[in-house]
Amino acid sequence: MTRLERNKLADKLFKVVAICATAVALVFLAALVIDLIYDGAGRIDWSFITSFPSRRPARAGIIAAIAGTFWLMGLTALFAFPIGVGAGIYLEEYAKKNTFTKIIEVNIANLAGVPSIIYGLLGLGIFVRTFRLDQSLLTGALTLTLLILPIIIITTREALRAVPSGLRQASYALGASQWQTTYSQVLPVAMPGILTGTILALSRAIGETAPLVAIGALTYIAFLPESVMDPFTALPIQIFNWVSRPQKGFAINAAAAIIVLLCITLVLNSIAIYLRHRFKKRMRW
Amino acid sequence: MIAASKRRKKQRMTEGAIQTILFLCAALSVITTIGIVGVLLFETWGFFQEVSIIDFLTDTQWTPLFVDKHFGIMSLLAGTCLIALIAMCVALPLGIMSAIYLNEYAPSRVRETIKPIIEVLAGIPTVVYGYFALLFVTPLLQSFIPNLSGFNALAPGIVMGIMILPMVSSLSEDAMHSVPDSLKEGAYALGATRFQVATSVVVPAALSGIMSAAVLAVSRAIGETMIVSIAAGQQPRLTMNPLVPLETITAFIVQVSLGDTPTGTIEYKTIFAAGMTLFIFTLVLNLFSQWLKERYREEY
Repeated sequence: MTRLERNKLADKLFKVVAICATAVALVFLAALVIDLIYDGAGRIDWSFITSFPSRRPARAGIIAAIAGTFWLMGLTALFAFPIGVGAGIYLEEYAKKNTFTKIIEVNIANLAGVPSIIYGLLGLGIFVRTFRLDQSLLTGALTLTLLILPIIIITTREALRAVPSGLRQASYALGASQWQTTYSQVLPVAMPGILTGTILALSRAIGETAPLVAIGALTYIAFLPESVMDPFTALPIQIFNWVSRPQKGFAINAAAAIIVLLCITLVLNSIAIYLRHRFKKRMRW
Repeated sequence: MIAASKRRKKQRMTEGAIQTILFLCAALSVITTIGIVGVLLFETWGFFQEVSIIDFLTDTQWTPLFVDKHFGIMSLLAGTCLIALIAMCVALPLGIMSAIYLNEYAPSRVRETIKPIIEVLAGIPTVVYGYFALLFVTPLLQSFIPNLSGFNALAPGIVMGIMILPMVSSLSEDAMHSVPDSLKEGAYALGATRFQVATSVVVPAALSGIMSAAVLAVSRAIGETMIVSIAAGQQPRLTMNPLVPLETITAFIVQVSLGDTPTGTIEYKTIFAAGMTLFIFTLVLNLFSQWLKERYREEY
């Protein structure tokens, strides 16, 4: 065998190995989905969706968990969106290049890498113990807000950076102030990008379990929350609780609840992808 | 005239107020960091009033919830490191190989289809991976390894590896993508195969970016909580045996949080001491990863 032939053989072999490596991830994903549907799809019916948790797996449902998850999603969006976008606008449009700005930037990059359980300990120490908000929806939402703020800030900045500077200059030339320019010209153009990032961040937030466990969220709730000060449970917490029990019936419930959770995140992600698609179309200058 | 100047004055005030509000939004991130460090330091300080730091670092047992209390963080660290190691053994080779495949071999159509599918893996909630590790991967492994216990390090390690694979793959791919085409074309002109270009030109040139991705992946692995809480068991153990139940730092925090621990007790403080240890480890890894990435940016 000549050296050329050997090299070509190595090339082909490597290609096969690399395809297999890529396929592992896809096979894993397929196995996960099939396993979940096999275990849990049969369990999902109207009474499972609309029942409260129960000691008997066959009678337990996820209505309290679904309600908690939607409450958390709404409240977290309410807090995280304005603050995150505001911080993004400040850093991208207003901030001068000085040491303090640099500190904020490095700080945000590092916050994005802090494990979510640490945010749970922060929520426990500050919101639960210091502010005495107990295990309320407000505590959960504030904790999740701090967790996803870095993601929203980073994507907001990327979206703002993609707006051509000619747009800003044209607006200034017409006598608009900096805020008028930002609010009326730059933000509308960047909005689809910002919304995409926010929705992806929210879909991460509603899948988070660890910080909610750390702040002490309950697992057994037999009523629907009516105000932000009410205790709550959420889908991931309910799933975790069911997975941790030895009875087979609860494992089936967990699989069914996971399917519901994945469907919610899937819907959110689809909205994000749709917005990104529209964004691409509109960005022709 | 007077009306116009009044309006301008008012506008200037609004502009100033808005800028202040926006600044406060950005400053909140610094306050968050101060909050994290403050809470961890405060409770950890209280912890070390009762437990000597030497015991914390050298004792081989971790039993804060028992009557006979031992506070040796080593056994939690061992569990954390073992599972992170298994995860990296899965994520690194697979992630880098798939990055090479997608960057060098795959036709753009295949690439455009496969990349988003791999990204889906990164968006799945971790509690779902925990379910899968405990109820699918462990039973599957038990059919090959009969003495594998129901809770173990192997299954959550493997599943965690798959979870961080998309991150390794996409960050490595970014690094490989920014290797100048001229370098690759030079190698092709000399008659190199794609395999040779990938291993002798692209990977070495992108090495610091790939290493940065790997370090970030380690940080993610040691901070991951739900997979290990569900599938690794809750028995702190100073061991490197992947077949028996053990406990990680994160799983311990969850275990204590699930019980009812009153403020001020030593059990309550231990989770902050454990959290502090975790925070320091991930922070050092994240900073190291950023440093590696910056270094590589300067080269081109």
